[in-house]
Amino acid sequence: MTTGRIVGASVPRKEGRDKLTGKAQYVDDMQLPGMLYGATVRSRIPRGKIKKITFGPGIAWDEFTVVSAKDIPGKNCIALIVDDQSCLADGIVNHQEEPILLLAHADRHALPKAVDSIAIEYDPLPAIFTIEESESQSQIIWGTDNTFKTYLVEKGDVDGIWERADHIVEGEYTTGAQEQLYIENNGMIAAFDPQHGVTVWGSLQCPFYIHKALMSLCNLPADKVRVVQMETGGAFGGKEEYPSIIAGHAALLAIKSGCPVKIIYDRMEDMAATTKRHPSRTRHRTAVTKDGKILGGEIEFTIDGGAYTTLSPVVVSRGAIHAGGPYYRPNVRIRARAMATNAPPHGAFRGFGAPQSLFAVERHMNRIAQTVGLTPVEIRQRNFLKPGQTTTTEQAIRENIDLEKLLDRALQLSDYHSMKKRFAGENATGPAKKGIGIAAFLHGAGFTGSGERNLGSVVEVEACADGSVRVLVSSTEFGQGTKTVLCQIVAETLRIGYEDVTIAQADTDDVPNSGPTVASRTVMVVGKLVQSAALGIKQTLTAAGVIRPAYSAQEFRAACRAYVAAHGALRSSARFEAPSDVFWDDEKYRGEAYAAFAWAVYIAAVTVDMTTYSVSVDDFLALQEVGKVLHPVLARGQIAGGVAQAIGYTLYEKVVWQNGRMQNSQMTNYIMPTSVDLPPMRVFFEEMGNIHGAFGAKGIGELPMDGPAPAILNAVEDALQVSFDSIPLLPEDIYEKLASEAVVETEFR
Amino acid sequence: MVQYAAGKLPARKLVSVWNLPELRRIETFPDEIRIGAGCTYTDLRQNAIIRREFQLLANAAGWTGGIANQNRGTLGGNIANASPAADSLPALLAYEAELVLVSVRGERRVPYVNFHTAYKKTKHAADELIRAVCLRRRFLDYFCYSRKVGARRAQAISKVCVAALGRLKGPIVQDLRVAVGSVAPVPLRLVETELVVKGKAIDQALLSVAGRTATAEISPIDDIRSTMRYRAKVTGNLVAEFLQKLAASAKNE
Repeated sequence: MTTGRIVGASVPRKEGRDKLTGKAQYVDDMQLPGMLYGATVRSRIPRGKIKKITFGPGIAWDEFTVVSAKDIPGKNCIALIVDDQSCLADGIVNHQEEPILLLAHADRHALPKAVDSIAIEYDPLPAIFTIEESESQSQIIWGTDNTFKTYLVEKGDVDGIWERADHIVEGEYTTGAQEQLYIENNGMIAAFDPQHGVTVWGSLQCPFYIHKALMSLCNLPADKVRVVQMETGGAFGGKEEYPSIIAGHAALLAIKSGCPVKIIYDRMEDMAATTKRHPSRTRHRTAVTKDGKILGGEIEFTIDGGAYTTLSPVVVSRGAIHAGGPYYRPNVRIRARAMATNAPPHGAFRGFGAPQSLFAVERHMNRIAQTVGLTPVEIRQRNFLKPGQTTTTEQAIRENIDLEKLLDRALQLSDYHSMKKRFAGENATGPAKKGIGIAAFLHGAGFTGSGERNLGSVVEVEACADGSVRVLVSSTEFGQGTKTVLCQIVAETLRIGYEDVTIAQADTDDVPNSGPTVASRTVMVVGKLVQSAALGIKQTLTAAGVIRPAYSAQEFRAACRAYVAAHGALRSSARFEAPSDVFWDDEKYRGEAYAAFAWAVYIAAVTVDMTTYSVSVDDFLALQEVGKVLHPVLARGQIAGGVAQAIGYTLYEKVVWQNGRMQNSQMTNYIMPTSVDLPPMRVFFEEMGNIHGAFGAKGIGELPMDGPAPAILNAVEDALQVSFDSIPLLPEDIYEKLASEAVVETEFR
Repeated sequence: MVQYAAGKLPARKLVSVWNLPELRRIETFPDEIRIGAGCTYTDLRQNAIIRREFQLLANAAGWTGGIANQNRGTLGGNIANASPAADSLPALLAYEAELVLVSVRGERRVPYVNFHTAYKKTKHAADELIRAVCLRRRFLDYFCYSRKVGARRAQAISKVCVAALGRLKGPIVQDLRVAVGSVAPVPLRLVETELVVKGKAIDQALLSVAGRTATAEISPIDDIRSTMRYRAKVTGNLVAEFLQKLAASAKNE
């Protein structure tokens, strides 16, 4: 790939200066005249009927605005995929954090006492908290069978492979919930007046998700709902769907009180009430020949969706499609299910189902290797997908990816073989055991299957009166670099300066719907549209005769000024159109699941301290093929940050549940790793290009979340010669397993 | 303040004792040092005598929170808050600290060893202020060992922490002080463990006996941060590790 002047260069972040100087405005920085503060009264039982609500004594209730379900002007639901989640509970609660009432007051310090004084009496109903309890259907808490969604992927003839198999390898793998832990907590401000309708400003990923939810909730037409993204301090999926609830709450309080209302969650409320990564359980049963070739098998992938549907059908779909890993399976049957429990709904989080199912398959590959008597390297080499072969959904690999070569390079870069040898020697003595582990994986960029076609995203690029060019998209910046990279794409496309391109604030009154900012789609899909819209500007200016074919940046600015002065505003738009050769069958779940896959091999080296049973990751190598790196610093940042977040997922971050409520909703007790817990990260890229992405880019935002967990657990297995199949893996878990297998003597060393 | 911010303490009038210079001094005498209760962890970490003669305390001060916490958190506050997980308190037990308490009735000096009577309960009267912590200067020739086991390497509340001092005469353990945090309702000195080790030479059998005795002496619980079984086993492992290192310290001389 050739690198342009701007694409491929690490230009300064568009919003970097404002963030560094404190000029950037986050939602809690914003004050409106007469603004009230809002708070949420939540359920404190996991399931039951609300019998009676009593407003306690000693509170000047006439100073408060109180909103309940009966105050909702429109439909009492958070419109998303299935309209099963109330905005405010009306008679029944299904989890411990379910909103029941909303309060607003001019003094934010008056709110906590008022919230606490409200006594809610319930008729409790039995609640369920695990996938197994949900499957047993001892209690039906959702629909007729507790099942939000099922998928079946079938390829070849699975039933015919078992008798041909030399080995049948089975395994069960589980993963826990994970909190996104963006730095800025969730927050929204809403204002209402009958003429303009509802406006909300907030910390969010997907302006048009909120727009849709508010139209339905407030019973307002599209032009009477406006959503504005403020500077957003991190999201990771945690601000994909939940902000619709907070925006709805703020809007209801604003409508009833007639004043603007601000709702900012504190860290405890944010951690306990908002979405987390879906806990999962994956079962593999694989038929293998004696030389380690996978004949095929069955994969059962199940996630805990919590109390309402939210995005679980989409999460379980992505998990199911990634469940086979980067391996060729001539025959496969994947059954995937999202189950209901009485936990707060789980939701979007970087990786979106793929980290869960890829953890399972990459642990399972090590189990197959052990059974067959091959090394972790050999088992992967013998089964990697090759160009021309098909994935589990029968998507043909059309690009010239060579996974064996990718693995070889990773082994070389990490010095895998000599480390492995050295560790085996050193582990015989000494109080620390060292190990090294591999994970190979893929991540599909963009919406799954027909998702992008259904979205039909639109972007605009505008030539401005001052000669600059402006990008208009609903794709949001929340730290990952959206603004910077989209402006790079336009500057490169038009051969103008990076500083000549600006990007509009994501305001639904101004920007077209370029889709949600999710699914590693922004650079690849939206970037490609932005590139196309930018070319439209150039074509118009050329046709108008105001620029020559070989223009300078200065001439381009002059041309924009001249055109706008003569003809008025110039906006060029582009709409997503699915390539005609892309086939996807939603019924059979078969076909081209993703327009592009990024490919990766990660290698982790660990030490297990046998005095404390704690694991430290000593070295981490991340090698990935990502099409094209548009901004090296941001791309490395995405990978390193994702690996750090995934190390937390693997070894540190455990949501402690009690009766369906998070007990450790504080950063002192929910343990994310600090900088001193993280290894040196060695990040390498390969670039093969991608015809579906801007300048050849594929999505990379979620990719690094997928590989670390299995690489680290494979390394722990290498160190201890004991297998662990569940994350988070804490020192307590290691101790219990070693004690039960009598690896740890009861004597003290 | 942390409890208050988390909504676990009611709002009430509080008097700040921050910035009282009388509480912020570290006074040095020939046979002891007197550390003002308002000294911060940063003060402790930076004091040359503490660094040289009371390493266990200097180490513990470096474990507590982050730099911002260390600039603001104080030794007196740590004692008054009386958390069994406090990092600096086992060190005070190992050094057999004494506390100076002050009230309108005057000053009194009490041994720190039994100051904590139960979970989050102490012997100081409602109108008393902890004024200073006194440490005898007689530990220079002790081998010292301290280790904190937290859920991460920084900014963690201990699952187990140990502060220990030992002195050998030839191969024989002449004196020993082992104190632990996070494994009982109060910071605990492991008196029984010290007794079974004192006067003996360190060998594999003694490590096992010491580990077992320590495990029996503590009363860890399952909580949000760890498990009873893990804490018990790791406490025993740490005591054994301390004794191994104590034995090795003689060989290195």
